[in-house]
Amino acid sequence: MKTLAVLLALAGALVLQTTLAGLMTGGRLAVNLVLVAVVYLALAYGPVTGMLAGAAGGLAQDALAGAIVGIGGLSKTLVGFLVGILGAQFIVSTALPRFVMFVSATLLHELVFQALDALLQSRGFAPQYMAVLLQAVCNGVVGVAAFLIVENGPDVLARRRMRRASFAKRRF
Amino acid sequence: MLDIRQRTGYLFLAVMVAQVILVSAQVQSKSGVRILSLVTFEAFSHLERAASGGISGTRGVWDRYVALRGLRSENDELKKELASLQVKLQEEHALAERTTKLQELLDLKTEAGLPTIAAEVIAGNPNPGMRTITIDRGSADGVQADMSVIGPAGVIGRVVGPPARHAARVQLLIDRNAAAGALTERARAGGMVVGMDADPPLRMELVSNLADVKVGDAVIASGVDGIYPKGFRIGRVERSERGNGLYRTITVRPSVDFSSLEEVLVVLVPPRPATRDEGSK
Repeated sequence: MKTLAVLLALAGALVLQTTLAGLMTGGRLAVNLVLVAVVYLALAYGPVTGMLAGAAGGLAQDALAGAIVGIGGLSKTLVGFLVGILGAQFIVSTALPRFVMFVSATLLHELVFQALDALLQSRGFAPQYMAVLLQAVCNGVVGVAAFLIVENGPDVLARRRMRRASFAKRRF
Repeated sequence: MLDIRQRTGYLFLAVMVAQVILVSAQVQSKSGVRILSLVTFEAFSHLERAASGGISGTRGVWDRYVALRGLRSENDELKKELASLQVKLQEEHALAERTTKLQELLDLKTEAGLPTIAAEVIAGNPNPGMRTITIDRGSADGVQADMSVIGPAGVIGRVVGPPARHAARVQLLIDRNAAAGALTERARAGGMVVGMDADPPLRMELVSNLADVKVGDAVIASGVDGIYPKGFRIGRVERSERGNGLYRTITVRPSVDFSSLEEVLVVLVPPRPATRDEGSK
């Protein structure tokens, strides 16, 4: 069940990412949903799931992107593992620490990814700092929102259903 | 017996080492993991097409029935007609240029119009830093690797990697790994246009400091790369300054609006080997 949830989360993130990127072809999409999914899974399920999700998501992303397969896999494996370890060591159950975790994970991922890409493509290492920072913040916002939706969504729905039921009883 | 922390560490090491080997294999052979890449791309292209179809459907319902009720479809038709006429105009323009040059050289070869196929953009690149798109035409439609992709406004990019049956990946000219042989229309100064992460997103390299290149000059494909059809518009010079070394510093504003690509044309002419000096002829 957990494996299915992980695979579905990664596939969903990939489809959404490519679809959104297709809608703004010339620009740089300021969010990496696959990375958000990996960090989310690492925080929710621990380092092993985070690492394996990172490897699977990163490899799939590389294969779809047409880049060297493994650069994204390596960086996401590292990020998934480290976030999983940190998530198990510290209390990361409120919005602020989670946001910090998503932002730090994005910065680390971009640093590793762009360094590896520059090294393997024999290009100078020149990251676009503003774009990376913007992506980190966007990933943080999306990640925290995902946690809020998954944790509070069922409760909100149940409460709304109960309220509707009580209104119906009062009316008849 | 291994404790859990130790086992996790070993697993992490194994996964990392496996991926390092994978990356090394590709860097050494330069061939890439074609099968893995192709299978993933093929499988995912169906999902991407479905997602794109869903979005276009919703957009279509809104645009055609809710927002404009008919006016939009007429506008779309006119836009398509205009796009095809613009492509024809560019073809004629390129053909006329070519003919003049060829006549000068007493070479009487004639070239037919370019065979093209229209394709729809169904997805973008999953890596935020890379500028590629996925189109809904693939090997079943005659699309091959390195075929050029154009639009009414000019050059868009080229097909990269092996195409799937009904999908292909297109590297946009503004991608930092993209390049095209180019020359300025007025002075015929040859060089190479490359993509970059900046505004404007194109830079023209290898143009001599002695060349006469002015702001506003049109930049067109030179055809020396064997991929992009000669004479097709790339953009306009936005900045042209004397460089420190042998070459000028030139930035180019692309003529294509890359932010709103919906339909493109794939030129169904297989790439030919790059030539040396065609651009300056």
